[in-house]
Amino acid sequence: MDLNLPSVGVQLKDARKSYGSVEVIKGIDLDIQHGEFCVFVGPSGCGKSTLLRMISGLEPISGGDIVIGDEVVNDIPAADRGLAMVFQSYALYPHMTVRQNLSFGLENINTPRAEITEKINAVSAMLQIDQLLDRRPKDLSGGQRQRVAIGRAVVREPRVFLFDEPLSNLDAELRVDMRGEISALHKRLGNTMIYVTHDQVEAMTMADKIAVLRLGELEQFGAPLELFNNPRNLFVAGFIGSPKMNFLKGQVDASDRTLLTLETGEQVRLPDTGFTQQVGQSVTLGIRPNELQPEDDGPLHLEVRAVEQLGSDSYLYGALGDGTRLTVHNPGQTIVREGENVPLGFAAHAVHLFDTTTTLTLRDQT
Amino acid sequence: MARVISFLTATRGKGRLHWTDWVSYTYLAVGIFLMFGPVIWLVLSSFKTQNELDRFPPRFLPYAQETVELDGFDDPLILFIVSDTSESEVAGETVAQIRRGAGRSEVVRLDDPDTRIRLPAVDLQAIESVAFATENYTQLFERFNFLRFLWNSTFITVTATLLMLLVNSMAAFALSKYEFRGRTTVLLLVIGTLMIPQTVVLVPLFLIVTELGMFNSLWGVIIPGAATPTGVFLLRQYMITIPDEILDAARMDKASEWKIFWRIIVPLSAPAIAVLAILAIMWRWNDFLWPLIVLTQTENFTLQLALNSFQGELQTDWASLLAMTVLTLLPIAAVFMFLQKYIATGIASTGGK
Repeated sequence: MDLNLPSVGVQLKDARKSYGSVEVIKGIDLDIQHGEFCVFVGPSGCGKSTLLRMISGLEPISGGDIVIGDEVVNDIPAADRGLAMVFQSYALYPHMTVRQNLSFGLENINTPRAEITEKINAVSAMLQIDQLLDRRPKDLSGGQRQRVAIGRAVVREPRVFLFDEPLSNLDAELRVDMRGEISALHKRLGNTMIYVTHDQVEAMTMADKIAVLRLGELEQFGAPLELFNNPRNLFVAGFIGSPKMNFLKGQVDASDRTLLTLETGEQVRLPDTGFTQQVGQSVTLGIRPNELQPEDDGPLHLEVRAVEQLGSDSYLYGALGDGTRLTVHNPGQTIVREGENVPLGFAAHAVHLFDTTTTLTLRDQT
Repeated sequence: MARVISFLTATRGKGRLHWTDWVSYTYLAVGIFLMFGPVIWLVLSSFKTQNELDRFPPRFLPYAQETVELDGFDDPLILFIVSDTSESEVAGETVAQIRRGAGRSEVVRLDDPDTRIRLPAVDLQAIESVAFATENYTQLFERFNFLRFLWNSTFITVTATLLMLLVNSMAAFALSKYEFRGRTTVLLLVIGTLMIPQTVVLVPLFLIVTELGMFNSLWGVIIPGAATPTGVFLLRQYMITIPDEILDAARMDKASEWKIFWRIIVPLSAPAIAVLAILAIMWRWNDFLWPLIVLTQTENFTLQLALNSFQGELQTDWASLLAMTVLTLLPIAAVFMFLQKYIATGIASTGGK
């Protein structure tokens, strides 16, 4: 049988959450279209899991509105929102077999026996857990438990799937596999999924849209490459991309707005167009590790402190004259050794520029 | 069987006994004696006749004097051996005693019941053999309403245990898994009652039970014990270890809170509930003071009260008392034997994972 999944969008309108006097979610506006795979990403403590629980209804909200489909669900209990959630610890019922785990939710809405069996068979075949139906969770491996947890969500045919760091308990290899499977599941089912992770690689590879959160505030919301290419502020620039972007502080020349004097004393040329920097402004130059290349008369002088050779890639870690740390990513292998001084250059179009005081991007958005 | 033997005869020293073997086996032997000595003494004594119980010094095994039925006598006669040193004509023979009085006995030969012989009582030596006085037990059913007491005890134990498990586990669920104002206060109150001895609240409790019309009713014993602080605390500590995410998952699965309790919390707390069940059964079954106060009519007596009633001010019916004590012990011993493994595992796992 085919699973019939209705798909709806989710909107947050100034959603807030406080515990006593501590505000942990400080008014978030978000519009997730139906069928989208949206990833909430951010460092630990940024409130991403809380936000997910607010959408699920497990956590009551303190202010604002949550809209699922075209219905405000602020006062609707979790069970009646038509969502399904996959938890970080899987949260399978330990005393039930896999089959009972899958059927529990359906029994609660008085689904006829035959229909339950039919759905369980369809879902377990899809997730390749049909051999495990009579086992208990403790007899399953981590990956299998994860599949069962996903199966339990799928079998209820929810309007929106919520994933709360579902892969963080798996080992690295399995994580890559499951990542692919969840993406495939999304393509196959085609309904809205909201996925919480602290791993920006997961976010980049799986998401249609990424919401970057920090300290209960939405820093930026957009497609993965949009965030990568046009980060709105220093935080997003530093968070998205691995290894993270290099930041160099400096001051725009008092008369020439295309000349930047770094704190190391070195001078670099800025592009004339594309950025709105003013003369004399304190700015932070952002440059991704892969945009830095060894260049004989390059403006930056890196003292290499560590070299990582991965065969097809190599990484140089070092510092500039004033101690500013820098990472360089080179495709292929390198002959540079620790302790050497390497002059570095970069293409003018590859730079990002931020106001040092407001941390906002200086990119010309018009 | 071979494994049992090798287990029981395990030693540390190879070939000869290490000093730790001596210490352990001595310790175990003393332990067994201390634990089982009184029980074995009780069981053997319960098979003794009243005469045998009154005897001093007491003997380990129950003995009974041998008797014989002879023509011409209505009652069985007690057999004696006449000592060899007796000056009587029947020295060294086995005789049956007809009468005894003032230091002299009247006996007959077994093959000549018509010739009465008188001789000093000191010449007679009793012929005794090990015999179990099972009439102690049969009397319980004939002379006393044992089955009635057994039913009362069983009814109280089973009902009170079930009620207590239900009430305590629901309270523990609320106290461990719900955030509400005053939760800590409630918990502290519950734990606080642990510090009040039962005897202090005996009178107020009695007044309440009387007011509610439960005096002299089995429910008067059952209801006041339905909620115990120990039980609530024990179950709460266990339920805290059940991850909240499982409850959240059940809520997402559209389970009502009631259903979460029955389908998730109760099965997952089974080890702790088993421990509490065992404790509750033992408490209720052995309970004495409270039933003694509430139940005054004999037909409502529990076994423990019936036992007490054998002990009169002037005389005690030891034979019946001991027999009923053994019968009272049996169910609780059986419960303990079958469930004791849960006590160890359950208590061990109530502290944490």
